[in-house]
Amino acid sequence: MPGRLDPEPIARRDFLGLAGLWAAFLAIGGSVVGMLRLPKPRVTPEASSVVRIGKAEDFPPGTSRVMLEHRIRVFSSSEGIAAVSLICTHLGCIVKETADGFSCPCHGSKFALDGKVIKGPAPRALNWLACARAADGTLLVDTSRDVKTGTYYKA
Amino acid sequence: MKQGGFGVFLTNLRELRGNFRSAYRRHGPPTTERARSQTVFNNFFQHIHATRVHPHSLRVTATWGLGVALASLFFILTATGVLLMVYYKPSTALAYDSIKDLHYIVPTGRFIRNIHRWAGHMMVVCVILHMTRVFYTAAYKSPREFNWVMGMCLLVLTFGLSFTGYLLPWDQLAYWAVTIGANIAASPNELIDALGLPPVFRVGTLQKELLLGSSSIGEDALIRFYVLHVFVLPMLVFIVIGAHVWRVRKDGGLARPGGSPTPAGKGVGTMDAVPAGPAEGPTRSFGLMCVVRDKSPAVGVNPDETVPSWPFLMRAELVVFMGVMLLCLIFGLFFDAPLKEPANPMIPENPAKAPWYFLGLQEMVSYSAFVGGILIPSIVVIGLTLIPFLDREEEECGVWFSGAQGRRVTLLSVLVGTVLAVLSVAIPVSFGWLRDWFPDIPQIVIIIFNPGSILTVFYAVYSLIILNKMRSTRMGALALFTCFLVGFAILTYVGTYLRGPNWDFYWSQSQWPIH
Repeated sequence: MPGRLDPEPIARRDFLGLAGLWAAFLAIGGSVVGMLRLPKPRVTPEASSVVRIGKAEDFPPGTSRVMLEHRIRVFSSSEGIAAVSLICTHLGCIVKETADGFSCPCHGSKFALDGKVIKGPAPRALNWLACARAADGTLLVDTSRDVKTGTYYKA
Repeated sequence: MKQGGFGVFLTNLRELRGNFRSAYRRHGPPTTERARSQTVFNNFFQHIHATRVHPHSLRVTATWGLGVALASLFFILTATGVLLMVYYKPSTALAYDSIKDLHYIVPTGRFIRNIHRWAGHMMVVCVILHMTRVFYTAAYKSPREFNWVMGMCLLVLTFGLSFTGYLLPWDQLAYWAVTIGANIAASPNELIDALGLPPVFRVGTLQKELLLGSSSIGEDALIRFYVLHVFVLPMLVFIVIGAHVWRVRKDGGLARPGGSPTPAGKGVGTMDAVPAGPAEGPTRSFGLMCVVRDKSPAVGVNPDETVPSWPFLMRAELVVFMGVMLLCLIFGLFFDAPLKEPANPMIPENPAKAPWYFLGLQEMVSYSAFVGGILIPSIVVIGLTLIPFLDREEEECGVWFSGAQGRRVTLLSVLVGTVLAVLSVAIPVSFGWLRDWFPDIPQIVIIIFNPGSILTVFYAVYSLIILNKMRSTRMGALALFTCFLVGFAILTYVGTYLRGPNWDFYWSQSQWPIH
């Protein structure tokens, strides 16, 4: 029993008051954190990143085709077929084909035909994308999965 | 004789007008100076004014009316913005068409949109000029440090409002601005990848996803920017403006030198120190005078040196407001707000340029996304915010450039700032940069050593030299701020006029290639 000789380390009223205050802070803080969770989506709504680009025989070795609707360039050599993204690795503008490669209209990055950075602020080479073949023989490109530069797909 | 119930009712009805007026006015008609002061003091909407102001505050050269102009612009932007919301549809499929409807079909829609657009641009200009004025007149000094901090918040919020505003029409400008903005938000990844840290640290992805509500740009991104533009940011601006203006008054009114002559030609006002209040006031029970800070306007000031806010201050405010309105109307009548082609995710414009106030930033970003888009702007904003806490020299406020020495330092800094900024553009344009010399250079080197970061370091070093040489933090601050202003102006000029397709350098637009 606390008394004059053995005082409480903290007065009971102070303790209860502080506990109430902290409970209120925690409740408010918890609510704020909970509310902040809302803007980060759990499921993103975009369409599938896998696009169909046609049959393998449409791309004989030596073909090079820019598919703006998919923002990719598909080309093939004796090693196979490859798809390279046209999205600039700097800030996401679409690069434009030039005589010897690609150049970005927004901040002046320049890339070689295989995507290597030649000039400008781009931090990485243009992404080479994963290719696959569907059951019906159509070639698929996954625009959200990149592979190592120089990886050709043997169709 | 006691009136009957009906009689009382009739009397009340007859006196309705007078009673209603006195109920909302609370005192006599504002015909005397005293009643007007009471009105200013007692009225909720008026009490943001002091009841009396010093005539120095009313001089054009003291403020150029920029703060009131900004408040006026914010008011105009709110009014026109609400009108635009009547027709605007925040959806990627409908936004562009609704802007076209506003422009071609809606009665006065084109005019209102033009005014909104021009008022937005003027707000950016005035925010920068206002900050410049406050800085050069040393009005950020104690006790006004915190108001400078709030001013910096308003600067950032104004840029935020401008950015979220011009991407609502969902035209080419909008789409690619969102693309670039979201990727700048994601650009810390660039540094994290260059350092070889594991993907957990890629905070950029989180920031981008929070902005876009998705990993790519679409409906969710537009509605988020819409909510920011029409509610979140304006609300914040409104609150901060309220606190900002209130602090102007609480911190002792506008900064002014102690010796401003009084209007009636009574010679020079007193330079005497303000008599200090009770140094150690009672802390448990106290009179109001213990709450008032020593430099509050009413303490130690002879009321004869001041003039009543009504009519002098209000007249000045009205003149500024009408002037701003006039400019908006003239611009709105003669210059249409642009609308580019509908957003085309396949082809960006070439060159894809942001509005003028971001072109200096775009120039920086063209060296490195992270350094130019996040690091340097953050350093600049934080550096500016800290100025009043790092320069605490006591000196007279309200003197432009703090006198002759300050004028010399400012001129020198204009020169140095110009030379350095021009070099930072000229050297990469003429000789290329690291990647042209060493094609396989690691990205981290380009992130650290680029014209933007080097320019920033040079500015900082130059200001420290001035600070040390002049033995004055104020002079150092003058040097740094002037360099920042000059650098901003030059990079903006380069981005606006000297950059063409593929962000290549051209002396004039007539040299741009045809395709």
